[in-house]
Amino acid sequence: MSAVTQEPVAAPVGGPASAEKPNILLALLETPSIIALLLWMIVPLAMTIYFSFIRYSLLNPDISGFAGIENYQFLTEDESFWPAIINTVLLMGAVLIITIVFGTLLAVLYDREFFGKNVATLLVIAPFFVMPTVSALIWKNYIMHPVYGLIAFVLHKLGLPAVDWFGDYPLISIIIIVSWEWLPFAFLILFTSLKSLDQEQKEAASIDGANAFQLFFYIIVPHLQRAIGVVVMIETIFLLSIFAEIYTTTSGGPGHATTNLAFLVYSLGIQQFNVGIASAGGILAVILANIVAYFLVKMLAQNLKGR
Amino acid sequence: MKRFASPLFAVLITGVSVLAQQKTVTIATVNNPDMIELKKLSPKFEEKNPDIKLNWVITEENTIRQRITTDVSTGSGQFDIVQIGLYETPIFAKRGWLRPMENFPADYDLEDLFKSLRDGLSYQGKLYALPFYGESSMLMYRKDLFDEKGLKMPDQPKYEDIKKFADALTDKAKGVYGITLRGKPGWGENMAFLGTLLNTFGCTWFDMKWTPTIDTPEWKKAITFYIDLMKADGPPGASANGFNENLTLMTSGKAAMWIDATVAGGMLENAKESQVAGKMGYAPSPIEATPNGSHWLWSWAFAIPKAAKQAEAAEKFAVWATSKDYIKLVADDIGWAGVPPGTRKSTYDNPEYQKAPFAAPTLQAMQTADPTNPAIKPVPYTGIQFVGIPEFQSFGTVVGQNISGALAGKSSVDQALKDSQAAVARAVKQAGYPK
Repeated sequence: MSAVTQEPVAAPVGGPASAEKPNILLALLETPSIIALLLWMIVPLAMTIYFSFIRYSLLNPDISGFAGIENYQFLTEDESFWPAIINTVLLMGAVLIITIVFGTLLAVLYDREFFGKNVATLLVIAPFFVMPTVSALIWKNYIMHPVYGLIAFVLHKLGLPAVDWFGDYPLISIIIIVSWEWLPFAFLILFTSLKSLDQEQKEAASIDGANAFQLFFYIIVPHLQRAIGVVVMIETIFLLSIFAEIYTTTSGGPGHATTNLAFLVYSLGIQQFNVGIASAGGILAVILANIVAYFLVKMLAQNLKGR
Repeated sequence: MKRFASPLFAVLITGVSVLAQQKTVTIATVNNPDMIELKKLSPKFEEKNPDIKLNWVITEENTIRQRITTDVSTGSGQFDIVQIGLYETPIFAKRGWLRPMENFPADYDLEDLFKSLRDGLSYQGKLYALPFYGESSMLMYRKDLFDEKGLKMPDQPKYEDIKKFADALTDKAKGVYGITLRGKPGWGENMAFLGTLLNTFGCTWFDMKWTPTIDTPEWKKAITFYIDLMKADGPPGASANGFNENLTLMTSGKAAMWIDATVAGGMLENAKESQVAGKMGYAPSPIEATPNGSHWLWSWAFAIPKAAKQAEAAEKFAVWATSKDYIKLVADDIGWAGVPPGTRKSTYDNPEYQKAPFAAPTLQAMQTADPTNPAIKPVPYTGIQFVGIPEFQSFGTVVGQNISGALAGKSSVDQALKDSQAAVARAVKQAGYPK
């Protein structure tokens, strides 16, 4: 898990006395960890920024020197750049919506005792622990392949033509694979949050005549809002850099239909071992992440009003 | 306990001094079956050389390529032997990152190694890597389906013949496709095959001034041919099919022809994993306007980085792993069909090996592939299915993506070529060509 989620808060241990007089000893004791965290964050960031402004290719040491914004120009003027940004946002948005909607529904479904609940919970959580490359390959070659895949087999039996998932609907195929992988994560967090919902509140509501839909929209969903906020924040961090699934299935193609920013950086920079271009791409990704985070936090802050 | 103190101490001292003399050679290789077999048989080398201990680092191609390139280019000396290909060897050698291979025992028989490989792995006349495995490309076809329809494969097929055969053999109702070819984007994926198609259709990547020559009538003719062929006679989902997917299509009997690596022959003839073993025929890769560059040349070879800590021991191992004795060792272990293919003429002279139906076409392909002469006219680069400059890994993939997009119907051929021309021009300008 990345450590970018929260600033460490140097909270003086309770009491009004410490609010008036800052405790210097406490601050001094906490300084080493804060400095370590700061260095941990800033040294790689500073090096990446530096590399993005020079010409640095591992395989081509002939080209060197200060590059100015050449590396950035090379990336942003590429005709796949804006499609890559759009694909990144689309992929992220679609997976977020799918995992949260179905995660909530599944969490509500599992919020009762039924036969085989333990096994069922295990099965729902399992996809998260399969390696992304393995999941992607299984989806590509065992399930979605239009000639010898499972879906093609079923469609064939029904007399329908096979669907060329990765040829005709490449981004949707990737979204399906990634949603399948991340649904367990959303489910787990939302399910745990649901457990903290007061049963008496639900009983009181149903005694008052609330039906299932009203119960869901007016009691359960508001209760889950904080958990949904957590899921959104964590998933955003990881979904921005989805790479393995794209690499093993479509290699960013056909054309640039499934090229996201991470894959673009790989394709233009890392593949030819050009550290300068790759670093510029990394900084662009940081900027994109910050823009997305800003809007998400604003949206969530509005929803969490009063809590 | 006190009784054991001195003998224990003596053992420890001896142990430490033995360890201190033991040389550890770290080897980085790709996880192909031939290399897994090498690791399996390597204790025989350690028996012969008790002072050398082998330490293996084996992962899949792209990961090991990254790690090896980073290690060799930064001179960190993490690996003593690296397994690199025909693409990297001249690039690394030019930069002075490799040690030349010079000390061969009398029975090594350097001339027995295919000249095309020795030339491809040399730089300015010096050999920098010893080939462990070699491959070219050829046409593999279902002899039984050909006989059924009364078709005969000529000794040197042309691409127009292939189109006729594919049209005749396609039976989509029965789920049989006339031909399957690579479509998955990547410089080593679809561009490996397309490189050979483009060469033989008379195309070049660059003119002598390093101006890209992609948006040209020759490229349009070649790529349009490829896409029309795949649309009419190829399987659905072609734009995502790489080597493995096509191998599955062939072994499960879904395709009648396939142009790909010569090593596929061994896999197709493996009765345990292939439904078409014994039904296959093998022919040279088709030609069109010129035979130059019509089939590729690739080799995984052992090289020693300049910064290697155990260079002498490493060279000993590299020599052992590429020797005639090692090949015989593999034959005794898993049979002649499983020996590392495409490196030594003596392997192909062996009557046991000649029994394999793919041996003769592979030999012919290995001997005639010439990376120094890949195109119909002189070009400033070497390499048949790649352009031997570091930037190719990037722009080769971009071009592969564009062509894959045209194959999937996402763009027109003209648009794909125009975009590719622009991308390649930007890439070489960024890298400072012409030099």
